[in-house]
Amino acid sequence: MSPEAADAVRVDRYRRRMTVTQIVGAAIIVALAFAPYVFEPAVTSSWIKLFYLITLATVWNLLAGYAGMVSVGQQAYIGLGAYGIFVFNDLGLDPYSSALVASVAIGIIAFALSFVAFRLRGGYFAIGTWVIAEAVRQIVVRFDSLGAGRGRSISDYTSDPVMRNLFTYWLALGILAATLIATLFLLRSRMGIALQSIRDNEVAARALGIHVARTKRIVFVIAGIGAGLAGSVICLQAIGVQSPSQIFSVSYSAFMVFMVLIGGIGTIEGPIIGAVIYYVMDLYFSQMGLWYLVVLGALAIAVTLFFPRGIWGALSARYNLAVFPIGHRVVAVAPGAGVRGERRMAMAAGTGK
Amino acid sequence: MVVVNALVQGILLGGLFAMAALGLSIAFGVLRVVNLAHGEIMTVGAYIAAIGLSWAGLNVWVSMLIVVPVLGFVGYWVQRLLLQRALRISELAPLLVTFGIAIIIPNVLIELFTTNKQQIATGGLAVRSIQVVEGVSIGVLPLITMIVAVALIAATQLFLARTRTGRYMRAAADDSETLRLMGVDHRRLYALAMALAFGIAAFAGIFLGMRQGGVTPFDGHLAVLFAFEAVIIGGLGSLWGTLAGGIVLGVAQTLAGVVSPELPLLVGNLVFLAVLMFRPAGIVRSKVVV
Amino acid sequence: MALLEAHDIDARYGDVRAVTDVSLTLDQGELLALVGANGAGKSTLLRVLAGAHRPFSGTVAYQGEDVTRLRDFERNRRGICLVPEGRRLFASLTVRENLLVGGGSQRSGRWDLGTVTDALPVLAPLLDRNASQLSGGQQQAVAIGRALMSNPEVLLLDEVSLGLAPIVIDELYASLAPVRETGLGIVLVEQDLERTLAVADRIVCMLEGEAVLAGTPATLTHEQITDAYFGHAIALHGGTGDDAAAAGSGGGRW
Repeated sequence: MSPEAADAVRVDRYRRRMTVTQIVGAAIIVALAFAPYVFEPAVTSSWIKLFYLITLATVWNLLAGYAGMVSVGQQAYIGLGAYGIFVFNDLGLDPYSSALVASVAIGIIAFALSFVAFRLRGGYFAIGTWVIAEAVRQIVVRFDSLGAGRGRSISDYTSDPVMRNLFTYWLALGILAATLIATLFLLRSRMGIALQSIRDNEVAARALGIHVARTKRIVFVIAGIGAGLAGSVICLQAIGVQSPSQIFSVSYSAFMVFMVLIGGIGTIEGPIIGAVIYYVMDLYFSQMGLWYLVVLGALAIAVTLFFPRGIWGALSARYNLAVFPIGHRVVAVAPGAGVRGERRMAMAAGTGK
Repeated sequence: MVVVNALVQGILLGGLFAMAALGLSIAFGVLRVVNLAHGEIMTVGAYIAAIGLSWAGLNVWVSMLIVVPVLGFVGYWVQRLLLQRALRISELAPLLVTFGIAIIIPNVLIELFTTNKQQIATGGLAVRSIQVVEGVSIGVLPLITMIVAVALIAATQLFLARTRTGRYMRAAADDSETLRLMGVDHRRLYALAMALAFGIAAFAGIFLGMRQGGVTPFDGHLAVLFAFEAVIIGGLGSLWGTLAGGIVLGVAQTLAGVVSPELPLLVGNLVFLAVLMFRPAGIVRSKVVV
Repeated sequence: MALLEAHDIDARYGDVRAVTDVSLTLDQGELLALVGANGAGKSTLLRVLAGAHRPFSGTVAYQGEDVTRLRDFERNRRGICLVPEGRRLFASLTVRENLLVGGGSQRSGRWDLGTVTDALPVLAPLLDRNASQLSGGQQQAVAIGRALMSNPEVLLLDEVSLGLAPIVIDELYASLAPVRETGLGIVLVEQDLERTLAVADRIVCMLEGEAVLAGTPATLTHEQITDAYFGHAIALHGGTGDDAAAAGSGGGRW
């Protein structure tokens, strides 16, 4: 890069838009936090599902869309998050604290499991995570105290259903907010750039001195914690686990894949849109039974093949939209900067959009 | 003697796993596509055989003559119409497509045939056995399965080594872009590889169904994991290694079954994870491609 | 009618332009050399000619027929064959198998396993060796032999001598001489300027994706070529860059 080219441009990190996003985001979260005082409990408690769906979609997207790791085994952490409540509840914690403590434990477990899973890449990584999820389920059902193969309900729980719903609502909202904030800051950080370069070309990223394994491991752990917290919420809302094969079901991975693909993989906004779409579809079509899953699978295939950018990806490409500012834009400051320099900078900016 | 017996059963079970893994290996070796729906293709093969038996009274062995080409045909067009397009989009796309298929098939099967097991009767073959010594007997069906698995692997090796198409498949595994520059239509080649993978999967699915006396919609999820574990334990890129991997997995499962009937799957998975952790290149080191 | 004719080729990788407005023709029996610094767009241009890279705009005609929309394997079947940069042998196949795969287009002609090993005698003792066990020069010989197996009318040779010892390069060029006599057209990308001048019928110099100079070895002075070759450096440090740019923006036919 010639020196004059470096002087002629500056890198815009959308700092002003970040401030706006922070203010608007905070306002929405506060508004949602007060929603239970306005709406009927039945209304707000139905939003809990939406919150954990967005959480699940967001962390799966972080894994697959940003770090290039397609996992079909995130149900391992969902299940662990649910069963973690029993474990720490039995140790004397209230169910909500149990969820938070369990998430720490799940982070440690995910960290350990990453050393096994990272032996594989690409498609074999995907199937390997599936095996791990199966193994985790098979271990969990060995414990009679956790209900073995039968499932279990939370024994020590707030008896007042209104308070119970309220706390679960706030927990789910808090988890969602934390997930989105963490994702936003992660992608704006140096690691976000590292992630994108890994996704674009892992070998080149390594050659540029990016700690590929460490970066991927951090994402893997965050995704595990996020799925674990979502699993805790699922368990809290249902006051227990109906059966281990349900909470550890690979269907959860199918839902995550569906939400992220429909909404737009590799964007922050996409999984949120996808989760809303899935939530609405679920309200109306879940009585279709298993045909519903068939439709989801078929739609996921169709979107992958014919609409690979998803709804948000297509919209943002068309109208140049971005709600969450995670990109970098190179702006020419002085007019008359060398043509050659601009071309080079366009290259550099191309990887950071 | 119980342990020896379990060992023998495990080795024979390994033949089934290796057979299941063969199609997965071919698809990955030639196309670099991991078919997450591989187990479901096995299930579909077994369902067609079961239906042929119950509706038309078709002998299982005869139905193989129909099932294998039919699924091969399906594989050819799945590749040409869906996966070929996915390969152009991104590395993740083929994986997501096969995952979609893996979700669709079992649910369709449940809606059409309920969750009940569809019987695949073998005229007592599945229970017939040869006593070797007191306490150790070899099941006739597992023995046949093992022999067929070995023959199938040998035939696949020969096909890859000796035929023009096999040569192209190995070349595609090395460098498919350069293969195209040599005038080879990669789409047709890929589709042929996928046809082979689907056909062999269906074939293995029928053997799995015979062993279990039938097939349920849930068998595919398990089968793809077993197949995958056999591939990884044996070491990627070696078909004979896959057989060894299948045997290790089979022995691990049957030995665990001696301890408790609830343990085989867990122990099998743990052995797989241990191999992955401590011998990630697999137990057999080999340079054979695919 | 030219054997191969590229017109106004513009090739990009994403937003990055690799080749801008390049036109060239190749006649039967002719050896056209592309010279230029790394990143000048030579390899990309070869890939466009071979159908391995779809140009953003421009056309490629072969034997009078527009082949721009034909895929790589279809072009190979019609007689355009690329020897790619880095040789790209099929590493797990033997030399014999590599050559046989090269005959994948099933075009008939003078070249088969026997005639190729006659023309490239270095291959004869290596036939049953694994391609991954060969030296760089041997690999390059296999790559050329593999391309000949398709009986091409147009041979596109990318960076033939890259990383090879001079004596090995001499041998390779010596064995190319009888190949040229069969009348096929060759487009050669070569870093070694002296050698290029010695073998080429015509030379096109590329600079930052543009064809900035063309001529025959007899008409071009050494100075002209080095100027075109290093135009980049001149443009940065002196005022002569405009001249090079003017020559390039003409986008004329050579």
